[in-house]
Amino acid sequence: MSDAAYTYAVARVRAKEVFLLSDADIEQLITLKTEENCLAFLREKGWGSGDYKESADEMLSVQLSKSWTEVRELVSDKSIFDVLIIPREYHNLKAAIKQVIADEKADNVYYEDTQFKPEQLKAMVEKRNFDELPKEMAEAADLAVETLLQTRDGQICDIIIDKATLEAVKKIAEITSSPFIKKYALDIVSVANIRIAVRSAKTGKSKSFMENAMTRCEGLDVKALIEAAEAGVEKVCDYLGNVGMTELVEAIKTSPSAFERWCDNRIMDTIISQKYNSFSEGPIIAYIIARENEIKTVRVILTGKANELDDDFIRERVRKMYV
Amino acid sequence: MSELGMFFAVFGMALCVILGGIGSAVGVGLAGQASAGVVTEDPGKFSKVLILQLLPSTQGIYGFLVAILAMARFGVLGGDPVTTTRDGLIVFAACLPAAITCLVSGIHQGRTAVASIGLVSKRPEQFTKSIIFPAMVETYAILGVLISILAVFTIKF
Repeated sequence: MSDAAYTYAVARVRAKEVFLLSDADIEQLITLKTEENCLAFLREKGWGSGDYKESADEMLSVQLSKSWTEVRELVSDKSIFDVLIIPREYHNLKAAIKQVIADEKADNVYYEDTQFKPEQLKAMVEKRNFDELPKEMAEAADLAVETLLQTRDGQICDIIIDKATLEAVKKIAEITSSPFIKKYALDIVSVANIRIAVRSAKTGKSKSFMENAMTRCEGLDVKALIEAAEAGVEKVCDYLGNVGMTELVEAIKTSPSAFERWCDNRIMDTIISQKYNSFSEGPIIAYIIARENEIKTVRVILTGKANELDDDFIRERVRKMYV
Repeated sequence: MSELGMFFAVFGMALCVILGGIGSAVGVGLAGQASAGVVTEDPGKFSKVLILQLLPSTQGIYGFLVAILAMARFGVLGGDPVTTTRDGLIVFAACLPAAITCLVSGIHQGRTAVASIGLVSKRPEQFTKSIIFPAMVETYAILGVLISILAVFTIKF
């Protein structure tokens, strides 16, 4: 499809971007005294359903749902959102497997607006029949169920599904004709690999564990990363420093939350270029990622306020904004 | 009178109208889609985005103008008819600068207008500056048109 096919949708997104929260808005939100003050501030900005009795969770849920409805009505080719939706499908599958096999209570951990509904997935797990799922997803589900039944180890189940998720995202990067989707998908895989390496190095996980969890991708030498992680966090930092990721090394050395923030900010850096693009699907995808990032950040602030945490403590966990 | 010569002369005039028209149609069409997107979200910006949408429409007018002048000069609407194939090819060549520059600049002016419409949707106070960016693209259509008009008026057979 020509990049000009999205001209109308991108123009609408540009007009909607005016209502995104800026870094200054987030700073203002942090300095407010209570959770109620924050909710009132957000309500003034048009967040939620307008109901004054709405809880923080309800407001964020309404906001997320509104954002997805907005972007879905903009385009006829919904496949451009696959790179965002497919990881949710896998997440829901993982939750369904754990809920049915390991009998975990997990009704509020499902994503909404996915192709396969939680009840459908749970029924598939109960029947051990995944024929309705795409081939790769069905294979991962079969293996995860089999492994969980044999070992009762939820972490192995997580690894199987998470790796299948990354493989699915990598496949999108390989087949897409959109340079933005390709870059975003590869960044998702790279950041996930780095997360696994750092966490594995800190918890002393084995080489085979990392090999099973990581996904080979362009732009990152997974073999070298695994070898570095085997030798400890310092070696991971050395490797990342050698490939030019000095900011990441700083974040790893600062604190776990600084590292998590770097991971999220890296994705934000990828999408920020779309602010200056007037054509193609890139700005539309960037807008919904920005909306989700904004909701995630607001959730961090509201949780901090509800628990009366210090402003600086909250500030350290706040993500970079799109506008 | 050479029929082939007259064919080339009229073909050059037709190209001015066709290519200039395509350039403007694509440019105005693109800018129109972007304008509709902005007005859907904020109807108050209609007048601003309409001006930006109209900027790429001039190329079609330029092509039409050059074609009319050539028709008046070379025997279609008056003037001296083209008598040889060589003369016809000269008229054809005279029309080309306007035809090609209007096609390319019309499309690119449309794309630049789309970007400017995005700018106006986020920063309406920058409206004046937003007109300048697509207006710069116009320069090259004007240069092409000037050369074609000069050629049409100065050619002697």
